[in-house]
Amino acid sequence: MDLLDFARGPALTTALSVFAFGVAWRLVSLWLLPWARDPSARREGARPAWIGAVRGFARHLWPRKPFARAAMVTTVNGYVMHFGLAIVFFGLAQHILFLRGLFGLAWPNLPSGLISGVAVVTLGSLALALARRLTDPVLRLISTFNDYFSWLVTFLPIATGLLAVSHLGAPYPTLLAVHLLSVSLLLIWFPFGKLMHSFLIFVTRGETGITYNRRGVVL
Amino acid sequence: MSTSIDLKAATRTFLAQTEGHLATYLEGCVHCGACADACHFYVASGDPRHTPAYKLFPIAKAHRSHKFPFGWFGFARPIGERDLREWEELLFDTCTMCGRCTMICPMAIDIAAIVAGARRAFVAAGLGPPDLLAAADSSRDHGSPLGVTADKLRERIEWIADDNGVTIPLDAPKADVLLTLSSVETMKYPKSVAAMAKLLNHAGVSWTLSTKGYEATNFGYLAGKGDIAKTMVERIVTAAGSVGAKTVVIPECGHAYGVLRWSAAAMLGRPLPFQVLHISEFLARLKRDGKLRLTPFDEPMTYHDPCQVSRRGGATADARDVLSGFARNFREMTPTGDENWCCGGGGGVQAIERAAPLRHQVFKLKMDQVERTGAKTMVSACSNCRLTMDESKAHWQWQGGIDSLVEIVADHLVEAPRQSR
Ligand code: HEM
Ligand code: SF4
Ligand code: SF4
Repeated sequence: MDLLDFARGPALTTALSVFAFGVAWRLVSLWLLPWARDPSARREGARPAWIGAVRGFARHLWPRKPFARAAMVTTVNGYVMHFGLAIVFFGLAQHILFLRGLFGLAWPNLPSGLISGVAVVTLGSLALALARRLTDPVLRLISTFNDYFSWLVTFLPIATGLLAVSHLGAPYPTLLAVHLLSVSLLLIWFPFGKLMHSFLIFVTRGETGITYNRRGVVL
Repeated sequence: MSTSIDLKAATRTFLAQTEGHLATYLEGCVHCGACADACHFYVASGDPRHTPAYKLFPIAKAHRSHKFPFGWFGFARPIGERDLREWEELLFDTCTMCGRCTMICPMAIDIAAIVAGARRAFVAAGLGPPDLLAAADSSRDHGSPLGVTADKLRERIEWIADDNGVTIPLDAPKADVLLTLSSVETMKYPKSVAAMAKLLNHAGVSWTLSTKGYEATNFGYLAGKGDIAKTMVERIVTAAGSVGAKTVVIPECGHAYGVLRWSAAAMLGRPLPFQVLHISEFLARLKRDGKLRLTPFDEPMTYHDPCQVSRRGGATADARDVLSGFARNFREMTPTGDENWCCGGGGGVQAIERAAPLRHQVFKLKMDQVERTGAKTMVSACSNCRLTMDESKAHWQWQGGIDSLVEIVADHLVEAPRQSR
């Protein structure tokens, strides 16, 4: 078995199961905790809880006016990075083939030149996020191993993917194998670190929306 | 540093707080740092340690160290004495539980709720600012944080009634409305007490104060002492029950409202047997029902939203309803309403003497906000905000006026012509 076989086979399969079971465990472990009930009287005219949850989610998509200046770089850079990740992940022909193998669903791909462009922008935006983390006094103080490692495992698949499509530095099979190994690393780390925010964000924003909605705060 | 810290009790209490909501919030933080700029303490001091997310570190650490897999395999260290010593100041002196950070947080994490939980753990470990803890103990032992016992209350009320020529029912056998007081008003702003009495009498409300439960503030909650918090709530429930009141009115105190309106039922484990209204909500209703007849107030003024009434209470519109048409020269601050800057003294911080220099620093934000409106007076519906701001005003020798909503409204009542015989 060569490196590519290993990366495509046991490595990816193991990583996918760690990801699936890990994410399920993180969500179930929270769900199994006791959740405090709130017997306070809802404000008269408060909308149903699900509307509160949806509004809570929407309200935090963009900073309110007084915070716009302070939060603008984080917000815009965050959107660039996340949309970049999504476009690269869901848009590249090879990724769609892989996803069809997993789920049986396929959709039209984007031109690979465009994907490479987006990948470069995404890497740039990740670099900016890291630069701010390393220089801003607030971010430096609150950053932990989790933040830096989560950054790294997000960065690597895009960087190695770019190298692979441009055949730079090593034979293609080796580059592809390294790319797949970096994806496995991302999948394995995902449930254990802060990348879980991609699931938890729906719970946290929803819960806060529900709480404020029942109090009659305008969301 | 000889006092011993009970780490086990702290950890146990931390973990007891992390029910589903809090645990999800703790696990959800992406360490993006956005919350720093929403927090008046960080903005005033520029100290990164005042970043809201940083204040959650000990409770997050306790949670992590007990969770599979890291905790179980020894990768996540348990909290130590150093954590508690360093964070005591951060959790008590530098958080007013104002909720402003939640607004900017992309994950919408309710940091104020976690701080309330974390404080309980610090107190269980034997930590916490002595003056704040003493205020809580005094509430339990004497009825109020400022030592207003039932006898003292009778004496003060008699004096306030006399001095202001107003009838103040105390321990009436039956009443629709039970009014509660903040001892800050009873002791430092007696005119506010008289003003509320005038307003309720003017509107023909059947109301009373009760020696069975009169203190609105809940320092048990603010100081992380759950048993005292519950005792304070139970006293009000008893008082309301004994006079048959269907409505309990909270005076000008934001945290008193937040605790009784939104947290008390959970403490008792059942819904409260009465509705809770902040005085600004109650006045807005009286006005809507045509029971307040007012002459206009023309001085340029602005309104300071108490965090627990507006941002975290949902009653932002009520004070404005009271002011609309009456305060003809009302100017909003920027930002205002739910987005308003906190006074810097909520969450019990007002009672922590060592936090005063930081509070004064925070007040500069407010001075700047008020000055930009050109208003002569800043009116608030919280006597705790008012006290905090009055102290900082004296510190900076600021010229702006600070007043209370009930007082300006009571000063502009059109007294109904006396029934002629
Ligand atoms: C439903 C999907 C997702 C949502 C709604 C989401 C949302 C967010 C938000 C609100 C932030 C904080 C703002 C910021 O720092 O930019 C953030 C940060 C971050 N996200 Fe996501 N995310 C999602 C999926 C992902 C995925 C799949 C990855 C990686 C594979 C990822 C990687 C990151 C990283 C690395 C950061 C931190 C950037 C930094 O270092 O500051 N996210 N995300
Ligand atoms: S609740 Fe208010 S005081 Fe506390 S950390 Fe958040 S913004 Fe700062
Ligand atoms: S804004 Fe929210 S997610 Fe970001 S560091 Fe603060 S608490 Fe954490």
